[in-house]
Amino acid sequence: MTTNAIEVQSNADGETGTAGIICSNLTKVYTGAPPMSVGSRWGGAGAGGGGRPGAPLAGAAQAGNAAGGVRAVDALNLTVQRGEFFGLLGPNGAGKSTTIGMLTTRVIPTDGSAIVAGIDVVAHPALARTRLAAVTQTNTLDRSLSVFDNLYYHGRYFGLGRSESRRRARSLIERFRLEDKAGVLVDTLSGGLAQRVQIARALLHEPAVLFLDEPTAGLDPQTRLQLWGTLRELNRSGQTVLLTTHYMEEADQLCERIAIMDHGHLLALDTPEALKGRVGAERIVTVTLARPDDGTVERAVSALDGVNDVQREDRHLRVFAGVAAGLLPRVVQAVTGAGAELKDLSVMEPTLEAVYLKLTGKEYRE
Amino acid sequence: MMILEQAPLLFHQSTQRLSVRAQIQTASALVQRDLAVLFQGFFGFALRTAMQPALFAFVFAYVFPRIGQGIGGNGRGGGQFASVLMPGLMASTLMFQGITGVALPLVQEFSFSREIEDRVMAPVPVAVVALCKVISGAIQGVFAGLLVIPIVWIATGRAVQIDFGHPFILVSMVVLGALVGAALGLLVGTAVEPRQINLIFAILVLPLTLLGCVYYPWSTLHALRWLQIAVLFNPVVYMSEGLRAALAPQGGYLSLWAVYGLLLGALTLMLTLGIRGFRKRVIS
Repeated sequence: MTTNAIEVQSNADGETGTAGIICSNLTKVYTGAPPMSVGSRWGGAGAGGGGRPGAPLAGAAQAGNAAGGVRAVDALNLTVQRGEFFGLLGPNGAGKSTTIGMLTTRVIPTDGSAIVAGIDVVAHPALARTRLAAVTQTNTLDRSLSVFDNLYYHGRYFGLGRSESRRRARSLIERFRLEDKAGVLVDTLSGGLAQRVQIARALLHEPAVLFLDEPTAGLDPQTRLQLWGTLRELNRSGQTVLLTTHYMEEADQLCERIAIMDHGHLLALDTPEALKGRVGAERIVTVTLARPDDGTVERAVSALDGVNDVQREDRHLRVFAGVAAGLLPRVVQAVTGAGAELKDLSVMEPTLEAVYLKLTGKEYRE
Repeated sequence: MMILEQAPLLFHQSTQRLSVRAQIQTASALVQRDLAVLFQGFFGFALRTAMQPALFAFVFAYVFPRIGQGIGGNGRGGGQFASVLMPGLMASTLMFQGITGVALPLVQEFSFSREIEDRVMAPVPVAVVALCKVISGAIQGVFAGLLVIPIVWIATGRAVQIDFGHPFILVSMVVLGALVGAALGLLVGTAVEPRQINLIFAILVLPLTLLGCVYYPWSTLHALRWLQIAVLFNPVVYMSEGLRAALAPQGGYLSLWAVYGLLLGALTLMLTLGIRGFRKRVIS
């Protein structure tokens, strides 16, 4: 997972390497007032500016306040391959947005290095911006301009000539089926449409890596599905994508590899399938008893063949079990045999959510 | 990658650097965007710009002399007062334009709408994005400042005596004044929180205008020596006096050395602080 940064520098023309993103020992410590809200601001200065004291990031604050600052991202090593659809998961304050902020030149790392498409983002931020694009959950479209002009001027900022920028804007508007919206001002667009325009705009300068920070937050299920289709199609055409999301299903559906992050550290990094396998179970049986268990039922169920782990919580037992013939009847038998009254029994196939919760815990994050 | 062939200017880098030409191209696109937005709403812009100087000149330099209200003092006629007033109104317009054309949009773009994001992610150093905001604000200021001349001329019933004998001073003062106004706008726009917007007018625009030698030449303040010295901290004073040197030199004005020197100094200071504030807002 770790990559020697010096080796990367040697093929830094960006076209020969196979890595889309390489983070080595990437660290961000916020000193003074930490940013207000990270979600939509790339971990950058919050809406009210950096100087205003505010609530620290929930998770990050726990991670390292003692050291005299907020250690939002702590010695992160990560490599994303070209063409990969990569997911970054974690609760609020885990350091996801700060990581994206550093990779997209908006947050300056305290330590370590980050290479995006062969460019050192810390040493050459402006050049790095030619190779990357970022889409946030908030609508940051230029409200003084029409949909078409949002795309057109974006191309102009990236050095495209008038006719080339116009041509690409037209082709993206067609590709994203925005033809009938091309002339309208962007503040009349619905959330889903605005998000499509933002992605189209991000693609106009053909970035090597596309960063999506919770792009489907706040969208209705239909729009979200539609956007998934768009993103999948994009990735199929070779686009490297780094996505952060709160929706486990989204990461499971779209990403080839997923990193789960908390308190500024990587907790796990693997394919969705392998991560799900990590729960140590093929399925989870939840047993609900009439009265809280004193440990007798837990012991009886744990002893069953095929049961890997049992978590006890008040009246509930969560049984992590492999495939075993007749498991459910045996569980029922064990429960009644231990003298307890069974209220309910449910079986859940393993989900990414189970992995996520197992790794990051269940405490509430603001 | 395909883009390498399609956008040679930006991507043909022999080293890991963006060429100066590519950066200038990006910068000019940033300014073009602002000007396109300006011209889309040019009527509103012209109306906003013209109203204040037009009404001011009309009431004080046309109505007052005709209804016997004493303004301008020392028995000066309406025409003479109008000549003192016009450069002052131009100066206050240049400053006001910096606030309305740069500061207010910035406050909005940093907070509610975050529209600035796309421009901040343009492939130039963030300081260039801030500078482009000042340049387009200054271009807007030049339009606004020049618009004041015919407006005041008409509003005063053509009473104003304009002396176009110093074109160099006129042009340089309008441009420098517009830059100072826009740089002030950048500084204010990056320093002010959205909820403080209403305060800008009370604690900044009003004192800068009323104590900016807009309605009276600086020399006439000699009767109030402390005030005459206190107002020297106000950049609008130098804009007013410099424009007076260009358009109505007969009434006397501050030394041009002081005017140019202090305006350039103010510009440098405000740009430095404004760019620093801008960077703080977008990079952490």
